Amino acid sequence: MYGRKVKLRFFFVLLILITLILSVFLILKSLEENVVYFKSPTEIKVLAEIEKKKIRVGGMVKNDSISIESNDVRFIITDFKNEINVIYSGVVPNLFTEGKGVVAEGYLKDKNFFLATKILAKHDENYMPPEVKEALKEK
Amino acid sequence: MASLIGFYSLVFGLCLSFLIIFFSVKNFKNSNIFDNRIISLTFLQFFFVIVSFFGLIISFVNSDFSNETVFNNSHTTKPLFYKISGTWGNHEGSLLLWLLVLTLFIFLFILKSKDQNKKYRVLTLLFQQIIIIGFFIFLIKTSNPFNYIFPVPNEGLGLNPILQDPALAIHPPVLYLGYVGSSIIFSSTLAATSLNYISKEWAKHIKQWVLISWIFLTLGILLGSIWAYYELGWGGFWFWDPVENVSLMPWLVLTALLHCILVLEKRLVLTSWVVILSIATFTLSMCGTFLVRSGILNSVHTFANDPERGLFILIFLFCLIFLSLFIFFFFHKVKNNDTKNFFWLSKETSILINNWFMMYFLSVILIGTVYPIFLEVISSEKISVGPPFYNKLIIPFLIPFLFAMTIGPKLKWIKSDFINKLYLILFLIISFVLSIFIVKILNISFLKNTILVTAAFYLFFITLRDFFIYKFKNLSQNTAHFGFSLLILSILFNSIFSSEVITNLKIGETFENEKFKISFESLEQRNEKNFKSITGKFNIENLNGVVEILKPELRIYDQPNIITSEAYIKTNLLTDKFMTMNLVQNQDYFNIRYQIKPFMVWIWLSVFLISFGGLISLFKKKL
Repeated sequence: MYGRKVKLRFFFVLLILITLILSVFLILKSLEENVVYFKSPTEIKVLAEIEKKKIRVGGMVKNDSISIESNDVRFIITDFKNEINVIYSGVVPNLFTEGKGVVAEGYLKDKNFFLATKILAKHDENYMPPEVKEALKEK
Repeated sequence: MASLIGFYSLVFGLCLSFLIIFFSVKNFKNSNIFDNRIISLTFLQFFFVIVSFFGLIISFVNSDFSNETVFNNSHTTKPLFYKISGTWGNHEGSLLLWLLVLTLFIFLFILKSKDQNKKYRVLTLLFQQIIIIGFFIFLIKTSNPFNYIFPVPNEGLGLNPILQDPALAIHPPVLYLGYVGSSIIFSSTLAATSLNYISKEWAKHIKQWVLISWIFLTLGILLGSIWAYYELGWGGFWFWDPVENVSLMPWLVLTALLHCILVLEKRLVLTSWVVILSIATFTLSMCGTFLVRSGILNSVHTFANDPERGLFILIFLFCLIFLSLFIFFFFHKVKNNDTKNFFWLSKETSILINNWFMMYFLSVILIGTVYPIFLEVISSEKISVGPPFYNKLIIPFLIPFLFAMTIGPKLKWIKSDFINKLYLILFLIISFVLSIFIVKILNISFLKNTILVTAAFYLFFITLRDFFIYKFKNLSQNTAHFGFSLLILSILFNSIFSSEVITNLKIGETFENEKFKISFESLEQRNEKNFKSITGKFNIENLNGVVEILKPELRIYDQPNIITSEAYIKTNLLTDKFMTMNLVQNQDYFNIRYQIKPFMVWIWLSVFLISFGGLISLFKKKL
């Protein structure tokens, strides 16, 4: 039959293949569990059901919508077609201002309320979420 | 004037490339001795790029707004230091810096490789010139730093204030020395492969270049991380942001290469693997540049979203990959002298294990970074991959990795056994008992933490023991490994002990919880050269009645009009107390974030130790 060396090499190749498949499977599996989808207020409005997963909502902060109390910040994200109320307790980035772009991460309470756990800092004062840019273009 | 000189220097530099290629090809074919004119030409090219670079610096210092780059990124009221550092704080300037490093490295390479084969030196130069020409054309065609605008504006647009920071002034040059340094590894590996020149001596010679680029890359990542910690105000040092990931990927490959080269140097095996890693390092650095500069990733590093630039880098990258694969498949010959003697328990195997882990970490990060881009292209679905993904896939694998890192260096080449290794088991038991003790006291989730802490302590103690027993033997490797164990331990304890409070306060208000009391005492305004500063004064009183004063700052820059918050950090050896203050539009409330972050200094120190290990190895021979 085959020599010891051939068997050994065969075994080695098999081992590598199994590790490879296993690690790719593992990566893809946890990718599925851990990605955060990005939605605009309009996309949320047309959702069939409220997901329990963490999502990101992006849009512009509506003018005159920020109100702040000692433990939370409330504001409205709009993409100029639809809007959504956001309740957030945490640090807001410096570029968080009315009329500017914002991305909030958190969970949907219902189609009108979003509980944010994080507001993302953008480094550029001219940043605008891509959805909003498209929405503005359509107008 | 300076801009004009700068531009023509660039053009001369490009012309010199062709001259160098002409002389090199002639020299390669005809003669047996290295033509010294080539050295002068290479130096001349480097000189022209320096002149061009200084031309740009002078334009920045003089606020010459007829230069488009200066207009876009500078302002007369900016402090001199940031006028100078602003030179490479933008797309065009940073590419010029990239080119500067490229020409510097090839010049140094030619000088330092006098004991190598002539053909090998010339061919390395040729490959490097291909990269240099690519970047020259890229610079002149798509991102010329010396574009003229007319009429000349009176005032520039200013530099993004978060880039106006000392750490960020030196972060790009250091990082580039690492990134671009890998181009030399790439060119010389291709040259060595084509000439079938790979040998133990070659491995020894190329190891230095791998070390140099690895040291700078490590330091560059460290500087970026320190900057993010105190400037972005989130109080973290690593966010798994795509831009950070693209710098970590070449680092992982370089680290793998660094270990693999040792095997090549000792035993002349794994040659193909070394070639692949060398190609991968530079390719990943280029990929990083592509992803960051093309505007696909949105971050502070994305200066302008110009699709033409991204396309150019992409095409250039494909050409380089194609060229290297062609050389690899058609010229590479495996030398089988002693490939057969691979015993499972040996230093070679342990280094291979290191490489496997590095490749695993690399693929996790690569998939996490690239997958969202793919998905968006294919399905226009937008997603982001956050820290949980990386934590879940990387942390469990750190455990076997740390064990392999501890035991690996203890093994001998070719064949090893466990005789006289009783102390290894002893130390394992000590680490295990210690970590059970710590985990019990802290009352945190048992299984995962105990094993991870054990593994980290194990490496920590074993390397510490080696410092005392072996003194100067293997000092470089020991320092780097010790640094890594310290890094993992600091990160672990940092994440376990960190605590934070986020609240909104008006002046005079007080926040109280079971651990401490924060009172917002006062606010103070000050006018600086190009910004207005608002400093808050906060008293923090802990349970023992000790009062500390923290003064976070807000800066309102006028050009461009941006608010940044400067974190106030009270550092001592054990903990950092970190506080940031943000303004919420048109309200009396200030958004306060107070964090207690233990062992931050140790994280910085351990990464520094890791790169210091590399430095020792670089200078070991000369001692």
